[in-house]
Amino acid sequence: MNFQSKTKADFKVVGTRVPRPDGVDKVTGRALYGADFSVPGMQVGLILRSPHAHAIINSIDASDALALPGVKAVVTSSDLGVPEDEGLRDVQDNCLARGKVLYDGHAVAAVAAKDMATAKAALKLIKVDYTPLPHVTDVDAAMKPDAPVVQEARADESVPEGSGPNVTHYCEFGHGDLEAGFARADKIIERSFKTAATHQGYIEPHACLASYGTDGKADLWCCTQGQFMVRDLCAGIMGMEGSQLRVTASEIGGGFGGKTTVFIEPVALALSRKSGRPVKIVMSRVDVFRATGPTVSSSMDVRIGMTRDGRITAGEAKLRYQGGAFPCGTVDMGAQAAFAAYDMEAVRTQGWNTLTNRPKEAAYRAPGAPMAIYAVESVVDELCQQLDLDPLDVRLKNAADAGTKSSYGPTFDQIGLMATLEAAKAHDHYHAPLGENQGRGLSCGFWFNFGGNTSVSMIINSDGTVGVTEGNPDIGGSRASISMMAAEELGIPYDKVRTVITDTNSIGHNDVTDGSRVTFAVGLATIKAARDAIRVMCGRVAKIWGIDPDAVIWEDGAAKPSGPNAGNFEPMTLAEIAAISSETGGPIAGHHEVNAEGAGVSFGVHLADVEVDPETGATQVLRYTVFQDAGKAVHPDYVEGQMQGGAAQGIGWALNEEYIYGEDGLLQNAGFLDYRIPVASDLPNIDTVILEIPNPGHPYGVRGVGETPIVPPLAALSNAVSRAIGVRLHELPMSPPKILKAITAKG
Amino acid sequence: MVTVKLWGSLRDHAGGCEVVEVEASNFKELLDALVVKHPGLKPQIDRGVSLAVDGLVYRNSWFTEVKPDSEVVLMPYMKGG
Repeated sequence: MNFQSKTKADFKVVGTRVPRPDGVDKVTGRALYGADFSVPGMQVGLILRSPHAHAIINSIDASDALALPGVKAVVTSSDLGVPEDEGLRDVQDNCLARGKVLYDGHAVAAVAAKDMATAKAALKLIKVDYTPLPHVTDVDAAMKPDAPVVQEARADESVPEGSGPNVTHYCEFGHGDLEAGFARADKIIERSFKTAATHQGYIEPHACLASYGTDGKADLWCCTQGQFMVRDLCAGIMGMEGSQLRVTASEIGGGFGGKTTVFIEPVALALSRKSGRPVKIVMSRVDVFRATGPTVSSSMDVRIGMTRDGRITAGEAKLRYQGGAFPCGTVDMGAQAAFAAYDMEAVRTQGWNTLTNRPKEAAYRAPGAPMAIYAVESVVDELCQQLDLDPLDVRLKNAADAGTKSSYGPTFDQIGLMATLEAAKAHDHYHAPLGENQGRGLSCGFWFNFGGNTSVSMIINSDGTVGVTEGNPDIGGSRASISMMAAEELGIPYDKVRTVITDTNSIGHNDVTDGSRVTFAVGLATIKAARDAIRVMCGRVAKIWGIDPDAVIWEDGAAKPSGPNAGNFEPMTLAEIAAISSETGGPIAGHHEVNAEGAGVSFGVHLADVEVDPETGATQVLRYTVFQDAGKAVHPDYVEGQMQGGAAQGIGWALNEEYIYGEDGLLQNAGFLDYRIPVASDLPNIDTVILEIPNPGHPYGVRGVGETPIVPPLAALSNAVSRAIGVRLHELPMSPPKILKAITAKG
Repeated sequence: MVTVKLWGSLRDHAGGCEVVEVEASNFKELLDALVVKHPGLKPQIDRGVSLAVDGLVYRNSWFTEVKPDSEVVLMPYMKGG
């Protein structure tokens, strides 16, 4: 049997635009999201949240709430243990505060009651005695030595002595002689930047239903990016064995990294265990904003040197991120990604994470990278302006390529940055004329991508159809792409394959749907599961024909003799083999389990044209084009969708979105009316150009595509607006008042 | 021997070394050898690290082969969204 990797010319299904398998369910409302699950006897769970930014919890008195008819249980952190593992303890303490509330909206207690009205009434009867403490929400203020201390002694060993009490982590990357590099520069620009925390903005709020049985077994239905992650965290918090907690993921109305942890699920389980009833919790939008993970906010300094002909001689970035009230390592990713697009002899990035009285940061598409690359790409653009150089030519002159020693250490293999830059330069967008008050911005973007633990099972049904079972929630079209790769490998039509996402007791562990990993890793496992099933089918046919299994090959969905010497037999199709599986040895299946590696990094280039109203400071995005190396695009519609979605979210990040805290440390804009994400009327059609540079680490050349497209928009927009108004901006979001202020200051 | 490049902030925990030579044939042996040679690296290695071998990044894959002529770079554990 020949299992050589496919080449591009071989594809019959992969690369086509087949109908999406979840489309009808979603447009007809039949799809079941987190809040759609119900069971008999179900109670309503509600969570009481802190009205303070920072306070000691002196006492919680739930006696009046428990006396209210219809109230079944109240839980606080005292109903849970204290995990030994520090990371798990942080997750738990974020779900139910222990001793102190650390931010506005931090969960304090929860109630289970017969209906919503009773649950709301019960929440009001829970008496919490607080002693307010000084708070800090700004990243720079939090790093000062005399800042209010959010948590004591949370610094890891990386933090240099003398750092402020809230600094929890430090990192440094780079190579080369920085000062010698700057000495070779004709122009050096150093600027400071700030970016606001933004929310992932998924449409579906967190929701779950927990049912904890008297026998110690539990079921949990929830919207999540990873049911196995939910199982592991909740089992750890609840002190359960993993096999006794079955977690089923619902359809997911967006996650973008924000559903890679738990917020309400352990609370619902604790309420269910205590009340002896199933308990459903559905977060309100206000609670989603106050208590689920936004991104980090940042404060950054970037210094870059360039020769007058556009060669970067050295670059340095200092990144200060705050990830809320618990330690996080997101700055590691930003510090590695900041200069990844460039081939540099001398580069250094330093990163600090600090605690603040804000919600615990959660991942958001390419976590840590967008803000760091925004700062770097802004300085590169300003250098181009001051040296009168074409910004695309400068990127081409300095672009990382195969063989480049990356700014974060490894030497790049095959990468697609040069191809995306050349595609952008050749595109008519780059050469289109601009009018008054208009500007064009450009930015490169980068993300690492990874694979991870993956388990896939495939059944060959006796009617010749195929079922694929996998364990990653379909957040970006993976059921289609997995079915396509199964069909491609088996040589059968796409519509003969159905892929389903199963629960934690029905398949081996799968890592979270993150890191742009699913099409890559689950696809890889699916292809290998198909090859496993093909091996079985070829073996059955070999027995029927009475020849050696090695003399049977699989082509075009059928087993065939490998050549004239193998014998003269008519090919047997998958359907023919499946139909007699009972007679030839029983059901036919294939499976594959792997910790997939070799994901391959991804680069993108974005072009943005904007027009700024000088009277109001409002920015209109006129034209936007995304160029990205996607490896082999399995389903181009979904790839384009990822590119457009990332760009839309990045545009929102650049122009309007921000967490606004008052002097009292309370969130001022916890709702979509005051936290403004882009709507369709705010955006032009976002054009896409897919570059297909095959990833050598995947049988079909697939790369992850989901995260890279949120990276470039921040700088692309900032560079466009800065050029449009003739003033360089250094802070996101570039909301109209800020732009107007900059225009006014220019005079 | 395999030459392992450390990221900058790890060097303070490895006697100031930018690169460390260890006897190892795979990811796990390499991590174990690093901890033996520089115990100060243990907290970070326990929290999780990735390893870039000839440009490809691996996360906690113990049996990933490393050869004496491989380019080996220690990196923080990769997380995505």
